[in-house]
Amino acid sequence: MILALLVLALVGLALAGPLLAPVISRKRAERAAKRGSGDLPELAFYDPGRERRAELRARELLRSCVNDEEWGMYRDLGFIRVAGRHARRDADRGQAAVYAYLVYPHKPIVAYLPGTGRLLSEYCVEFPDMSGATGSRLPASDDVLAKWMALTSDEDRVISRANMHLVGRQLDPARVRRDLWRLAEWERRRPRRGELSSGTQ
Amino acid sequence: MKPGHGEVLLAEGDPLMREDEERLVEEFRRQLDEGMWAAVPTTEPGSGRREAQMVKQYGEIPPGAERVIFFPRASGG
Repeated sequence: MILALLVLALVGLALAGPLLAPVISRKRAERAAKRGSGDLPELAFYDPGRERRAELRARELLRSCVNDEEWGMYRDLGFIRVAGRHARRDADRGQAAVYAYLVYPHKPIVAYLPGTGRLLSEYCVEFPDMSGATGSRLPASDDVLAKWMALTSDEDRVISRANMHLVGRQLDPARVRRDLWRLAEWERRRPRRGELSSGTQ
Repeated sequence: MKPGHGEVLLAEGDPLMREDEERLVEEFRRQLDEGMWAAVPTTEPGSGRREAQMVKQYGEIPPGAERVIFFPRASGG
């Protein structure tokens, strides 16, 4: 009998929850208002899975935008290579890219010469929250996609907005060289699809 | 793309339907007014090359584009 009453009470509470919640939150708001502005603001509910879900969605979005080679590069190596669009001469257009970029998540873009592996410069660029909120940034894969879209659509604009430094300011040149070696090994193991060119990046 | 959230669906509809198009145009303008950049991922028919096309006006969106991606303006980091 007691057990049945307890179950009934629990069911009643569960059913009344949605009705009571607005009343309780209104009362809390009124109490907070009465206490004045000296109180600490209520902490926003933190969802520990939000960032992970955002990153999973970002990966899918990136995958749907870049080609198979670029996606495989990002999946396996953690960065994407984007060919530079400018050629030394008009006659060189359509040939292998003179320079290229390595696009890392939340790190500077690195320009280098594919022919020699020489590192040219690093471009520090970020995509800040336009709402003015601080402390939030794009998921890693969205950051890569934003850089990829900016470089492939309007390279000059994004490069002109970036802060340019010699490689070594934020990125370890030895690590970048190691990434270039990893990239070369990765490409060697993949079915060959042709040279890196501005037309088939 | 929204910092802290990732991909967020802003609006969807058929641009050939007048009501839908008005809604899409309104959202497009709102995003650009907020300082976002808009890009359309494209695939070149012949080579299969993938790239993005930046659009600054609704009318610049290529016909048949399936989506427009808004992302924060780049700035020096």
